[in-house]
Amino acid sequence: MKSWPEQLYGTLKDAGVRQVGYVPDAGHKQLIELCLADKEMRAVVLSTEEEGIGLAAGAWLGGVRGALLMQSSGVGNCINQLGTVRECRFPLLMVVTMRGQVGEFNPWQVPMGQATPLVLAAMGVVVKEANSAEAIAPTVDAAARLAFGSYQAVAVLISQAVIGIKSFQDQASR
Amino acid sequence: MMKATLRRREVVSFLLNERKDLLVVAGLGSTAWDITAAGDSPLSFPMWGAMGNAAMFGLGLALAQPKRRVLVITGDGEMLMGLGSLATIGVQQPRNLSVVVIDNERYGETGMQATHTSAGVNLAKVAAACGFRSARLVRDGSQLKALRTAIHAARGPFFAQVKVRAEKLPLVLPPRDGGILKTRFRKALLGNSSDLD
Repeated sequence: MKSWPEQLYGTLKDAGVRQVGYVPDAGHKQLIELCLADKEMRAVVLSTEEEGIGLAAGAWLGGVRGALLMQSSGVGNCINQLGTVRECRFPLLMVVTMRGQVGEFNPWQVPMGQATPLVLAAMGVVVKEANSAEAIAPTVDAAARLAFGSYQAVAVLISQAVIGIKSFQDQASR
Repeated sequence: MMKATLRRREVVSFLLNERKDLLVVAGLGSTAWDITAAGDSPLSFPMWGAMGNAAMFGLGLALAQPKRRVLVITGDGEMLMGLGSLATIGVQQPRNLSVVVIDNERYGETGMQATHTSAGVNLAKVAAACGFRSARLVRDGSQLKALRTAIHAARGPFFAQVKVRAEKLPLVLPPRDGGILKTRFRKALLGNSSDLD
């Protein structure tokens, strides 16, 4: 049985994603490594998440499908750029690992984590939640079809319950 | 401080003359009007928003189209908002990407307030420090021909900061419907089947 990051990697490949922008997150660690090792994919490390919105839009202008990986705190950095996505009807596939949500241990993560689905919805992004490991790949598959087939911005929020980091010590050891 | 003599519309028109199959992204504000004054094209993507992200649009496009030359033309204020993107581009080393900043040392759309470059912040040095293969400061008309050649032929990532006069010019506006700008660009670049991809 493949792990959920392995399944998710396969889903992105099958969806034709060839550019992956990311700001690292412990929850995305394995997926980022798989993308970096793939010679058919270009994994682009970003200095801030909003760069990834431009990257994915530019890729689409050039005929290439992109995806954007981030933690929920990074969603806040993207807000104004999401306005351009909406105005131009760029397809956008975001895969967001949640913090400040289920069993959070860092209070500074809570405000943005709790606001994440609301902020995305306010900017016209379709929000899909994946609350179990098994749900992630099929949810991202459907999100990719909606994004690239119907020119929508779609974010899949992976529940903190799936990531399951319980403490700073736990996070550091991942 | 040396007073700038170059005029932005003349610089941009010169750089886009005989643009061949160059793909152009222009940052929010004056540079979007500059590229339109030089002659609108479906292979130009002028931004009406997304301030701070023009260079990243260029990176995504350059990586997607490695056989085409990509030029980002933007202003100093727009570039300052996305300085991190210079580091991101430096890491990726796209050979086909040029970023040209038309630097009037002002926020031209909002009342000509001074930007950081007016106090001496040197964007060309920032780009060089971020790993651009070549980064230059341009002050003189005699440097423009070499700049145009570099945009078409230099191994990227290539960067230039062009000092221009602070002047308020008549607006020359491109189409403002973002969906149309996106679709016309993809059709011109990818063909009529682009909407089936």
